[in-house]
Amino acid sequence: MNNIKNRAAIVGISMTKFSKDSERTELYLTCQCIKAALDDAGLTPDDVDGLVKQTDDASDEHAVTSSMGMGNLTYFGESRWGAAPSAMAMRAAMGVATGVANYIVVYRSVNGASKRRMTPSMRTSGQMSTSDLLQWTFHAPFGHMSDAGRVAMIVRRYMHEFGINNDQFGWVPTVCREHGARNANSMFYQKPIVFEDYLKSKMIVEPLRRMDFYEEADAAAALVVTTPERAKDLKQRPVYVLGAAQHMALETEELTSYYRPSISGLPEMGKVGEKIFTMAGVAPKDIKCVQLDDSYGPFVPMQLEELGFCNQGEGVDFCNRGDRIRLGGELPLNTSGGSLGEGHIHGMNHVIEAVRQIRGTSTAQVKDAELVLVASGAGGPASGLILGGKS
Amino acid sequence: MSMVYDTEHPVPIPPIIWDNMGYWEGINRHELVFQRCKECGTWRHPPRPVCPKCRSFEKEWAPSTGKGAVYSWVTYQESPHPGFKAPYSVALVEMEEGVRLVSNMVDIKPEEISIGMPVEVVFEDIAEGLTLPKFRKVG
Repeated sequence: MNNIKNRAAIVGISMTKFSKDSERTELYLTCQCIKAALDDAGLTPDDVDGLVKQTDDASDEHAVTSSMGMGNLTYFGESRWGAAPSAMAMRAAMGVATGVANYIVVYRSVNGASKRRMTPSMRTSGQMSTSDLLQWTFHAPFGHMSDAGRVAMIVRRYMHEFGINNDQFGWVPTVCREHGARNANSMFYQKPIVFEDYLKSKMIVEPLRRMDFYEEADAAAALVVTTPERAKDLKQRPVYVLGAAQHMALETEELTSYYRPSISGLPEMGKVGEKIFTMAGVAPKDIKCVQLDDSYGPFVPMQLEELGFCNQGEGVDFCNRGDRIRLGGELPLNTSGGSLGEGHIHGMNHVIEAVRQIRGTSTAQVKDAELVLVASGAGGPASGLILGGKS
Repeated sequence: MSMVYDTEHPVPIPPIIWDNMGYWEGINRHELVFQRCKECGTWRHPPRPVCPKCRSFEKEWAPSTGKGAVYSWVTYQESPHPGFKAPYSVALVEMEEGVRLVSNMVDIKPEEISIGMPVEVVFEDIAEGLTLPKFRKVG
């Protein structure tokens, strides 16, 4: 099977509020979200026979099954890195498409703000795998230790090759905050910014500012996947998986792909784009809105280039003044606010928001949003989805 | 300007494992070496167990000319570790051998660094048991 188009549908979604302190454990948030996503679908934990988690998630499958009273699991899998959200949905789609399970729950729970930082300020060798050691040995002793710094190294080269000024990156965070300000669930509800706020934002690692980076959050999300046939009997309008793919290339590293001929693009995302558009049988012009990985704002224009929404080196122009990427524009971006304007749970909110758009329940609803693209994992191993309202 | 260390807070010591041992042994002798495939001659860095071109496990630690050029660089205005005093710059240097490595520039202000600037390696003894390769502008 090389094509899973129309073999799976997302039938239930749920998300907690984004906050700086959930005052709950991650396992609690996971269970809360799974229960709500199943309610949304019209299912119960007894129906669930598959789980897909993010590798680093604190809620292990056995803790979830025991907590939720799920006694009949025939499939459990996981995905890693920032590429996980779309890839987890793909894994669930593959699971129901092959029949190894019928109702698969995908979940992600992060106490990113209250419990721990995303990037530990110091990692000790005792905690690292051989693969991580090979990478960190050559970065950490030089003070190259934050994900902001790792990303900035790639962005500087991108600016150099395409003649970009770093001020121009301000439109993506501005638009994400505009969209997040409409969303009562967001950390930035009713707190939009204007472009000048970005210019005043503190330099963290030159050439990038604080507002180029995600907002740490405590939050959880879950979604339920089943076959299109089973979806017909459930409560919600099914959202079909029309395209799903992951990609890893030669010398792909998580945010430090510095050792290949060109570093001024996101070739993994380009490959994901080719595959999901081919699988779905649609083109970039057909997509009504996009939920791109905005953990690092300057990677958004690079994703627009790689996914074929504009030519290489033109992504920043595409975002200029925000008119094309804000609600009402030709390609609204991250309509719930994304990682910059809603909160950072490694991109799971982007998948949930794509489902909401197709259902017509977004707080920044795009008219007739029948086809939505999700991209996960910019700057490393990548994955993506094209979701649609019609099979 | 060079990296300023806060000696109260030791910086991360590169963990030596079998795959990168030859590199750090070279650095400790003040010699920059990279892995080179004994079968096909392809240089590689960071070190890996196998040649990605011909898949040979046979390798040598071959001396670099120590010369290269800045490929990209960043300046940390906030330090992620108390041992490094911000601001400081981290550069990605492309060596004459074609490999790239992450390091710091010495004796230069951040605003004077530019992409393409020719550089050469110097060795800095940071602490007991820790020597690092750093780069200085040439000419």
